[in-house]
Amino acid sequence: MLTAIFSIAILGSLFGLGLGWAARKFHVESDPVVQQIDAILPQTQCGQCNFPGCRPYAEAIAAGDAPINQCPPGGEAGVKALADLLGLDPMPLNPENGAEEAATVALIDEQTCIGCTLCIQACPVDAILGAPKLMHTVIADECTGCDLCLPPCPVDCIEMIVRPRQDGKWAWPKPAASAVPVDMQTGAA
Amino acid sequence: MMSWRQRSKAERARQAGERLHRFHGGLRLQHYKKISCEVPVQRAALPPRLFVPLLQHTGRAAEATVSEGQHVLKGEQIGCFKQLGSGGVHAPTSGTVSAIVRHPISHPAGEDGRCIVIRPDGLDQWLEPEPVKDWQSADPETLLQCIRHSGIVGLGGAMFPTAYKVQAASERGIHTLVLNGSECEPYISCDEMLMREQPDSIVLGARILQKAVGAERTLIAIEDQMGAVHQALQGAVDRSGAAHISIVKVTTIYPEGGEKQLIQVLTGLEVPSGGRPADLGLLCQNVATATAVARAVTEGKPLVERIVTVTGSGVRSPRNLLAAIGTPVSNLVDQCGGYQPGAARLVLGGPMMGYPLASDSNPVTKAANCILVLNEDEIRQPQAEMPCIRCGECARVCPALLLPQQLDRFIRAQKWEEARSGGLKDCIECGCCDFVCPSHIPLVEWFRFGKSTLQELASGKQRANVARERFEARAERLEKNKLLRKQRIAEKKKALRADTGKQEKIAEAIERVRKRRENSE
Repeated sequence: MLTAIFSIAILGSLFGLGLGWAARKFHVESDPVVQQIDAILPQTQCGQCNFPGCRPYAEAIAAGDAPINQCPPGGEAGVKALADLLGLDPMPLNPENGAEEAATVALIDEQTCIGCTLCIQACPVDAILGAPKLMHTVIADECTGCDLCLPPCPVDCIEMIVRPRQDGKWAWPKPAASAVPVDMQTGAA
Repeated sequence: MMSWRQRSKAERARQAGERLHRFHGGLRLQHYKKISCEVPVQRAALPPRLFVPLLQHTGRAAEATVSEGQHVLKGEQIGCFKQLGSGGVHAPTSGTVSAIVRHPISHPAGEDGRCIVIRPDGLDQWLEPEPVKDWQSADPETLLQCIRHSGIVGLGGAMFPTAYKVQAASERGIHTLVLNGSECEPYISCDEMLMREQPDSIVLGARILQKAVGAERTLIAIEDQMGAVHQALQGAVDRSGAAHISIVKVTTIYPEGGEKQLIQVLTGLEVPSGGRPADLGLLCQNVATATAVARAVTEGKPLVERIVTVTGSGVRSPRNLLAAIGTPVSNLVDQCGGYQPGAARLVLGGPMMGYPLASDSNPVTKAANCILVLNEDEIRQPQAEMPCIRCGECARVCPALLLPQQLDRFIRAQKWEEARSGGLKDCIECGCCDFVCPSHIPLVEWFRFGKSTLQELASGKQRANVARERFEARAERLEKNKLLRKQRIAEKKKALRADTGKQEKIAEAIERVRKRRENSE
């Protein structure tokens, strides 16, 4: 009787030690869910979701404080990706947050700009270049099209334009509508 | 330590060309090459105006380095690239830059692009050439520099900057240079004519490229149905006295002229997905690129002209023309006797991979190997697309070993991740699947659309990552500034408290104000 208890106890502690060691040795660093959500969000940093940036929104989603349909730049595709990740039902975008639009970039009218630096302070990604009383300009490659520079501008010299396409960067269009029945197109592949 | 599997792979790559292999699928097509091979290559007359596109290789367009009204000499640089180390665009003849405008360029979308318009002065005067003196003793870097400054791009159609390709390859270590003379698309015969007429120049280019990349030997791959070419090339090799250059005849099966397919035929090895032939120690270059290299290095002349096949039953007398870059297509067709009455479609490139041109005012670019004019009855009539019947014909002919029917489904369902992992990026757009599809599904159109979308998604992801980094950097900076400000204020307050002289003065001032207030009351 005693031997049995003794041996089982020793075996148990040995296995326990082994498992404990293995858990440390083979520990897999998993991406925290906030980071996974943040990776899906478009990083426009526009605040349309009512959070001060994509990261805070990701944190709120992870904490269950915000629904997943508040990001217009991410669009329906973004909502779907978030739903897939979190195991939720996809839902339509919340129209209160805005509508999904084509990607834009800011363009400063250099004739009108007075060099007040207000837009520079508003830009969440430091994509505006300038100095007090000197003309400002937008680094188009870095601009996320968040519209945050528009309200502070005292002379309304900033305009949002559709993101220009580089010469040579050309996308093939979607082929014309086909005769393939719709249910086959979207069916589980 | 290499595993035996890797070692045997490396060995097989080294034995390239000793035994021929097969690639999966492919089609045996009618050639229609003879019709344009009957007359020797002629130099095309200069048009009244040349439209030299600034976008002539993969990537961004060049920037113009000349201004309107400026006189340029033949071979003078008129556009430069800031990226990828390619040498830019050069004036194809001497004359005056009459304008820099947007003009339809040869582009699948029929889009406009910036072109430098040159009015030839008729003298065709070269800029003082600066050849590499004694290339045999020059170091590879000098040769590369020369290739780079001569604006040479892959003339097989990809337009990838040659200097960049050679440099990237030599960094990986190359043992075999492959010159691709297996022009597999029907109708096109510009490389065949080049190999017949200028074999010495090709062999010279091969030797220079071999030296530039540090390869041990060169294989020139030609098709087994090119009769006269083998003799001509062999003669040139013998004349040059170069060892380590051999000519290999490969079986004519479309698309054996594709880079990856040719490597597979020569070595029996597949170029890994997303990889390059350099991964196997091979570098593949088109034969026309080799002549351009020879001319650049030994004569100091940049790439300003190329041989273009003008052919098809819609042209009166098909032939090959040596055309200045920027010559409008209409001009070349006129020099071949003009259009036949029934001409219906103008195609740039071959019938399998080419694309229709909207207008014949488009200029010839460095990649324009063929201008094909087809008659009404030769065009495949548009057929109603039917549902896929899963017959698997497309998978049987796919030279990249893909499953086109699956990829098509993924793309239509916007399942991009599945399409990517299904190897969509490995599709070479050869059109074999399109050709055999009994349901007339425009598979290649879908694949091109899918590839574009994948690229867009990837660049969007990249932009998002940059934006995230910048946002985080800014947040960090703002936080730091806030702390610094707080610290500064605290320090000032502390300094104030420590300074007794100032303290007294403040006390005095307070006292003074208090007294004045009392007095006034």
